[in-house]
Amino acid sequence: MRETLLAIFIGLFATPLLGGLINGLDRIITARLQGRIGPPVWQPFYDVIKLLSKEKMVVNVWQAFCAYAYLSAAAISVVLFFLKSDLLLILFIQAVGAVFVVIGALSSTSPFSQVGAHRELLQILSYEPLLILVVAGIYLEIGSFKIDDIYAWGQPLIFKLPFLFIALGYALTIKLRKSPFDLSTSHHGHQEIVKGVLTDYSGPFLALIEIGHWYDIILILGLCSLFWATGWIGMIILVAITYFIEILIDNVTARMTWRWMIGYVWAMGLTLSIVNLIWINLA
Amino acid sequence: MLHFDCGSCNGCDIETLACLTPVYDIERFGVINVGNPMHADILLVTGTVNPRNKKVLVNLYDQMPNPKVVVAIGSCGLSGGIFKDAYNVLGGIDKVIPVDVYVPGCPAKPEAIIDGVVMALKKYEVIKKKHSDSVPSRMKWRKIAP
Repeated sequence: MRETLLAIFIGLFATPLLGGLINGLDRIITARLQGRIGPPVWQPFYDVIKLLSKEKMVVNVWQAFCAYAYLSAAAISVVLFFLKSDLLLILFIQAVGAVFVVIGALSSTSPFSQVGAHRELLQILSYEPLLILVVAGIYLEIGSFKIDDIYAWGQPLIFKLPFLFIALGYALTIKLRKSPFDLSTSHHGHQEIVKGVLTDYSGPFLALIEIGHWYDIILILGLCSLFWATGWIGMIILVAITYFIEILIDNVTARMTWRWMIGYVWAMGLTLSIVNLIWINLA
Repeated sequence: MLHFDCGSCNGCDIETLACLTPVYDIERFGVINVGNPMHADILLVTGTVNPRNKKVLVNLYDQMPNPKVVVAIGSCGLSGGIFKDAYNVLGGIDKVIPVDVYVPGCPAKPEAIIDGVVMALKKYEVIKKKHSDSVPSRMKWRKIAP
């Protein structure tokens, strides 16, 4: 009972703090890669606190509802992750949250919001099959969807599922809103299609979406960490290396079109996943 | 921070965008140049106001959620500058929307602009305190632009 409460507490309160910190480090590293100094590491928290203190301004009341729905879905999926629950359940709750952001954006008549929402849907279409295949691969390897059993598994999964880890990297890049897949809204670009899917969220509702995004970052990085579930040090090193490579890719690539994104992610991601699944079956 | 070129000759615009480059790096203060008035706290305006872009300027100002601060940049933004007597020029930015910080210069130097923005951030804190005393509990519906 005490462990459950602790897991819920960590999932609800420590995750957004960690997510914001990662975001702040990301901004500093990106700035250094571009020859700048960059903001203080706590800047994402200052931003969110500032946004929360701003005036509530909406185009459509559904936007407020969707922002709350996204935040709760993201928080629930992370709490379930910390409770070592079923991976499929976590992914579907996370998908519900992602769809609510799109619904909120579609409820406005702004063309930027609409274009952003449609691109976000295409992004969801691109990464969801990969996430499901990753979970399917984990199931084929250890025979369970439970995170509990993954932690109990004796050896790191990355040696058996290396290609699926790369496929998860595609999903991570899309989910973190990084180049070359930052079509609907960009993490570091702030003028392109006027912030796309987030155009009409403002003030406190933008803050809610931002906190939800921190939960999402932690969830996907958590999925990455499952590939080295045997020890804390290995887990942290794996996640840190993965995130650093994400930042590098973000800085060296240009934004592509959605046609290229779907073609490339499906062709590469699905091929890698299926090769890996066949490998597990033969082994 | 939202930058609006309100009929400037581009001199001040180039100096404003120079603030984002590695040489000046305004992100050190946590300031980002956004393209969306609904995500902005600071409105940077360069150039003179005329009857056509007055509506755009007011619309952008209205779309920014409170609390917000306005920085007028360059001689033209302050008073109309050398274009003051032109038949289509209304004058400085403060003829149309309330201005909090004035940054003089033709064009204004990036150092002066950064100084103005940092002053605007200090003023933002003061306005925020006033605003939090009178914050309405109900949600405000954004006026959709005509």
